[in-house]
Amino acid sequence: MSTLTGTGTLVRLILRRDRVRLPVWVLAILGVVFASAAAVQSTYTTPTEINSYATTMGNSAAAIAMSGPPTALNTIAGITIYEINVTAMIAVALMAIFLVVRHTRAEEEAGRTELLRSTVVGRHAPAAAALLVVGSATVLVGAGLTLILLGQGLPTSGAVLYGASIGALGLTFTAIGACAAQVTEHPRGALGIAAGFLGVTFVLRAVGDVRDGAASWASPLGWMQAARPFGDERWWPLLLLLVFAAGVLALAAELTTHRDLGAGLVAARPGPAQASPGLLSAVGLATRLQRGSVIGWTTGMLLGGLSFGSFGREITAMVEENPELAEAFAQAGTADLVDAFFATALVILAIIAAGFTVSSALRLRSEEASGRVEPLLATGLSRTRWLAGNLLVTVVGTVVVIAAAGLGTGLAHGLATDDLSQVPRLLGDMMVFTPGVLVLGGLGVLLFGWAPRASAVTWAGLAVCFVVGWLGALLELPQWAKNLSPLTHVPDVPVESVTAGPLLALTAVAVAMAGAGLLGLRRRDVG
Amino acid sequence: MGTAISISGLVKSFGTTRALDGLDLEVTTGEVHGFLGPNGAGKSTTIRVLLGLLRADAGTVSLLDGNPWQDASALHRRLAYVPGDVSLWPNLTGGEVIDLLGRLRGGLDPRRRAELLERFELDPTKRGRSYSKGNRQKVALVAALSSDAELLLLDEPTAGLDPLMEAVFQQCISELKGDGRTVLLSSHILAEVEALCDRVSIIRAGRVVQSGTLSELRHLTHTTVIAETSRPAGGLAGVPGVIEPDLSDGRVVFRVESDHLDEAIRHLSSLGIRSLVAHPPTLEELFLSQYGDEVERDVDSEQALR
Repeated sequence: MSTLTGTGTLVRLILRRDRVRLPVWVLAILGVVFASAAAVQSTYTTPTEINSYATTMGNSAAAIAMSGPPTALNTIAGITIYEINVTAMIAVALMAIFLVVRHTRAEEEAGRTELLRSTVVGRHAPAAAALLVVGSATVLVGAGLTLILLGQGLPTSGAVLYGASIGALGLTFTAIGACAAQVTEHPRGALGIAAGFLGVTFVLRAVGDVRDGAASWASPLGWMQAARPFGDERWWPLLLLLVFAAGVLALAAELTTHRDLGAGLVAARPGPAQASPGLLSAVGLATRLQRGSVIGWTTGMLLGGLSFGSFGREITAMVEENPELAEAFAQAGTADLVDAFFATALVILAIIAAGFTVSSALRLRSEEASGRVEPLLATGLSRTRWLAGNLLVTVVGTVVVIAAAGLGTGLAHGLATDDLSQVPRLLGDMMVFTPGVLVLGGLGVLLFGWAPRASAVTWAGLAVCFVVGWLGALLELPQWAKNLSPLTHVPDVPVESVTAGPLLALTAVAVAMAGAGLLGLRRRDVG
Repeated sequence: MGTAISISGLVKSFGTTRALDGLDLEVTTGEVHGFLGPNGAGKSTTIRVLLGLLRADAGTVSLLDGNPWQDASALHRRLAYVPGDVSLWPNLTGGEVIDLLGRLRGGLDPRRRAELLERFELDPTKRGRSYSKGNRQKVALVAALSSDAELLLLDEPTAGLDPLMEAVFQQCISELKGDGRTVLLSSHILAEVEALCDRVSIIRAGRVVQSGTLSELRHLTHTTVIAETSRPAGGLAGVPGVIEPDLSDGRVVFRVESDHLDEAIRHLSSLGIRSLVAHPPTLEELFLSQYGDEVERDVDSEQALR
C-alpha cells in the first residue's frame, strides 16, 4: 500500500462535505473582484482621469503600502489590477489557509482522521486529498480572474499572467496551511500560524514597496507582485512561488512522517494538579481560555501599527520632494496628506482587529458545540453569568488589541517625526473605532442566541466591513449598503473630528444586540 | 420518603423526531434508580431536560421540588452531573477542571477529592487533550463524587472504565447510598444496575415501558428451570404457564410464569427429581423481554434478506 492509497475517495468525501462552502468561497472572491473591475472600467474613461489616477495613486505611500509597486497605472488595465489586487491576494490566501486547516488538522483533532486511517488509506492520503481540492480551488479562482479581466476587454497576455500569479499564490498558501497544520495540535493554533505568516509577509512587502523594494523580495506576496501584469510582464517570479510552495510541502511531509497521528510537534507538559483561585469563575475560565489568543493578537496588532505608523514620514518626505504632487492632492480635496494616510490605515487596522472580536465572540459557539458548556451549566453557573464572563473577555480583549494597534502606529510615527505627542493623538483616534468593532461582537452574540448553527455568519459581517471600507468608494455602493458596516458610522479620524453621538449610538447597538442574544440563549435548548 | 424526581407526560421533539413521547419517571429520595434503554431511546435527552439544558415541549417535570428550567442554577448547587461523553478543555489539567466544576457548584471537599483521585488512579496534572476516554470520564466522576450533592445524575458514567475502575465506581455509589443520597444511573451495563439499583425504569422510544423494583419486575416474567428426572418429563407441556419445554437425555429446560412455578415443580416432583436448578430472570432477560420483538424483527428481516 502506498502512502497515498485512497486519495481519490477522500477527494470525493471533501467535495461532498464542502459542496456549498467551496463554491461560496470561489464565487464570493470572483464576485467582489468582478464588481471592482467593472467599476474601474466605468470610473476611469478619459485619458485625463487615467493620468490623474497615475499621478495621485502612483505617488501615494498609503496606496503603495496597500496595493504594491505602481505598474502601468497610465493604462486602464494597470489601474484595474491596482484596485483588485489586495482583495484577490488576501482572499485567495485566506481561502487556502482556512480550507486546508479545516480538512487536515481540524479533522485530525476531531478524531475522524483516525477512523479513516484505520481503513485502507495511506499515511499521506488525507493531506494529499485536502491539498488537491484546495489547490484546485485556488487555481480555479486564478482562471476565473483571467476570464473576468478578458471579459473587461483587457489584453490577453496580462490577464493570463495575473490569473496564473493568483493561482500560484493560492498554491503557496495552500502549502503554508498544510505545514502550519503539522505544528500545532489544534486547528486554531494552525490558523494563527498561517494567518500570522500572511500578515508578516504582507507587512514585509508593504515596507519594501514603500522603501527601496529590498524587503519585498523576502515575501511571497512580493514575488507575486513582481510578475507585473500589463507592465513588463515577467513569468519567472511565479517560478519562485512554485519552488517555495514545493519546499514548504516537502517540509510538511517531513513533519508528518516524524510525528504521531493527533500529536503536534510540541509535546504537552504536565500542568498544575490544582486550579489557581483566579481560574475558578466564569470570567476566570474565559480569561484562561483566551489568554493566548489575546496575547498573540495584541503582539500582531502592535507590529502592524508600528509598520503602518512608520510610513507617515515617507509621505511628508515625498511631498517635500515633489510640490506638484502636493498640489494634485490639494485639488483632490485632501488637505493633510499624512492625516489622509492615517485615516485609511486606522480603518484597515480596525477591520483586522475586528477579526479578534469575531473569533472571541464565536468561542461561545465552539464551547457549546464541543459539549464543554454542558457540565458547566449543570453547576450553579447560570447561562447569563457564563455569557457575561465570556463577553467581558471579548470586550476587554478588543480594547487591548485596538489599543496595541493605536500605540504601535503612534509610537512609530512619533519616533520618526520626533514628535511624541503623536502617540496619544493616534492612540486616541484608533480607540474611536472600538464601539464600531464591538458591534460585530454583538452580532456574534445575537446569532449565537437565536440561530446558533448560523453563528459563523458573523464572519460575513466582517467581510461586509472590508468590502465597504476598502472597496466602497470604487464600487460606488449606495449609502444604505455602506451603512451596513458599523465602521461607516465611525468619524473619519484623524481627518474628521470626533463627535460623541455616533459612538454612543454604536455602543447602544452593540449592547442591544448582545442583550437580545442573551435573551435568545436563555430561551433555547443548549447543547 | 420524598420524591427527588417526578416527571409525567414529558414530550420533547427535535424537528420531526419525537425524542421523548410522554415519558413518566419517579425517583424517590435516597434510592439508586437504574435508567435502562438502548441507544437513542431518550435517556440523555431526559437527563438534559432535568438539568434545564433542554426545554420540555409538554408535560411536568419536578426536580428536588423545583422546576429544572426556571430554577436551574439554584437546583444545580444541590446536584452533580456526569455526562456520557466527557469533553474537556484541551489546555486545562484534570485537576483544574475538577476544582473549576467543584467551585461553580459551590465548593468541594479537598480530602474527598484527594481520596477519589487515589482510588480512581487519576493523574490530575495531565492536560485535557492527553486523557483517554476512560480518564476523561474519571475527571467528571471525581468532580461529581467529591461534591456533597444530594442528587447525582449519571449518564452512562462507566462506559469507558476498565473492570477494576468499574468496581471502584460501584463501591463509591454504594457508599453514597449509605449516606442517603439519591442517584439516577443511566447505564447499559446490566450487571452494574443489578448490583446497585433499588428500582429500575426501562425506557423505549421515548416512554418508560416498565418501572419497579427488580423483584417486582422479575415477578412479571418467567423463571428458568433446569431439571433431571428419573422418568421422562413428557407431560410438562400440559402444565399451565410452562413455556417451551426442551427435553433431551433425561434433562428438561423450560421457562415458567412465576404464578405457576408451584404446579410445575409439583409435576417434576412426581417424576422423581434428580437435580434441579431454578433461577429468576436476569436483568438481561428482563431487558430482552422488553425489546424481544425488536430482536426477532431484526432476525426476521435478516432472514428475509437471505
